[in-house]
Amino acid sequence: MKLWLAVLIASGGCAALKLAGYVVPARLLESRVARRILEALPVTLLSALIAVSVFATGSHLVLDSRAAGLAVALILVAIRAPFLVVVIAACATAAGVHAL
Amino acid sequence: MVSPASSLRYSHTSAAVSPYPMPQSLGLRPTMPETPHDDPLTTDASRLAAGRRIRNRALAIGLSVTPFGLSFGAVSVEAHLSLAQVCLLSLVLFSGASQFALVSIIGAGGSYVSAVGTALLLGVRNGLYGARVNSLLRPAGWRRFLMAEVTIDESTAMAVSEAPSASAARAFWTTALSVYVLWNASTVIGALVGNALGSPAATGLDVAGPAAFIALLAPRLTTARMRLAALGSGAIALVTVPIVPVGAPILIGGLTAVALLLVLDR
Repeated sequence: MKLWLAVLIASGGCAALKLAGYVVPARLLESRVARRILEALPVTLLSALIAVSVFATGSHLVLDSRAAGLAVALILVAIRAPFLVVVIAACATAAGVHAL
Repeated sequence: MVSPASSLRYSHTSAAVSPYPMPQSLGLRPTMPETPHDDPLTTDASRLAAGRRIRNRALAIGLSVTPFGLSFGAVSVEAHLSLAQVCLLSLVLFSGASQFALVSIIGAGGSYVSAVGTALLLGVRNGLYGARVNSLLRPAGWRRFLMAEVTIDESTAMAVSEAPSASAARAFWTTALSVYVLWNASTVIGALVGNALGSPAATGLDVAGPAAFIALLAPRLTTARMRLAALGSGAIALVTVPIVPVGAPILIGGLTAVALLLVLDR
C-alpha cells in the first residue's frame, strides 16, 4: 500500500513538474534576460548531466571506463564525426576498457 | 550503417553555414518572437535530408535507452514492485533517472520519503526544459499536455540542436515517440525476463547517452562563453556530488552556470 503511494506520488509529481514549464505565462519568457536563461539552461543542465553520469556513481566520484568513452566522444565531435559514429565509437571504447 | 552516417555528415556541415543568427546574437532583437519558421532557402532535398537525419538520430537514441529500460524493469522487480507499478512508472513518470533513483532507494531499503524526494529532485530539470521547449515550439491546447509528458533530456536535446529551424518540432516529437515506445517496451521485458543483456557498463551503453548529448550540444558550443558555461556547469556538479543528495548536483551545476553566465554578460 505504501509502495503504491510512493509510485503514485513520484509519477504524479514528476508529470506535474514537466507541465510546470508549460504553464509559465508567455510574457514572462519574452524578456531579454529570460530568453538568455532559457537558451542556456538546456546546455548547462545537459552538461551537468553528462559530467555526473560519466564521473559519478551515487554520491561517489569515480574514474572508470565511462571516462574513456567520453574522451573518444569529445575527440570525434571536435573533428565533426557523424552522430552515429560518435555514439557507437564511445560505447565500443567504454566496453573495451571495461573488459580489460 | 555507412550510408546514413555519411548523409548525417553532409547535413551537419550544411547546418554549420545556416543563415540563422547564433543564439547569443538573438538577444540584440528582443522583440522578435522565437517561433519555428521555414527557412526561405529550404529545398525539398534539404528538408528530406533533415527528415532522414532526425529519424536516424531518434532511432539511435531510442535504441540506446533500451538496455537501461531492461535493467530498470529487472531492478524494479528485485525491489518488489509489481508489474503494474513498473509499467505505471514508465508510462506516467517517464524519466529514466527519476525512475532508477526511486526503485534503487526502495530496493536498498531506504525510506519512501527519500526515494520519492530524490525522484522529484531529478524531475525538476524536466520542468526547466519545458519552459525552453515551450518558448521554442509554442504548443497550443491539449498538445501542451502531451508535449509536457514527453519533455525529457533526449527530446529536449534534439529539439534544441535543430533550433531555430522548423525541423525542431519534428526532432522533438520523433525522438519523444522513439524513446517512449522503446523505453516502455524494454521495461516490460526487463520486468518479465530480468536483465538479459548484462549490465549497461559491459556493453559500453552507459556512455551512449552522454556521447549523444555531447554530439547534440556541439552546435551550441561554438562560442567561448557557452563552452565556459558548459564546462563550469559540469565542474560545479561534480564538486557537489559527494556533499549533496543524489539528483541535486545536476540542478546546482546547471543553475549556477547560467547565473554566472548572466553575471559575465553584464
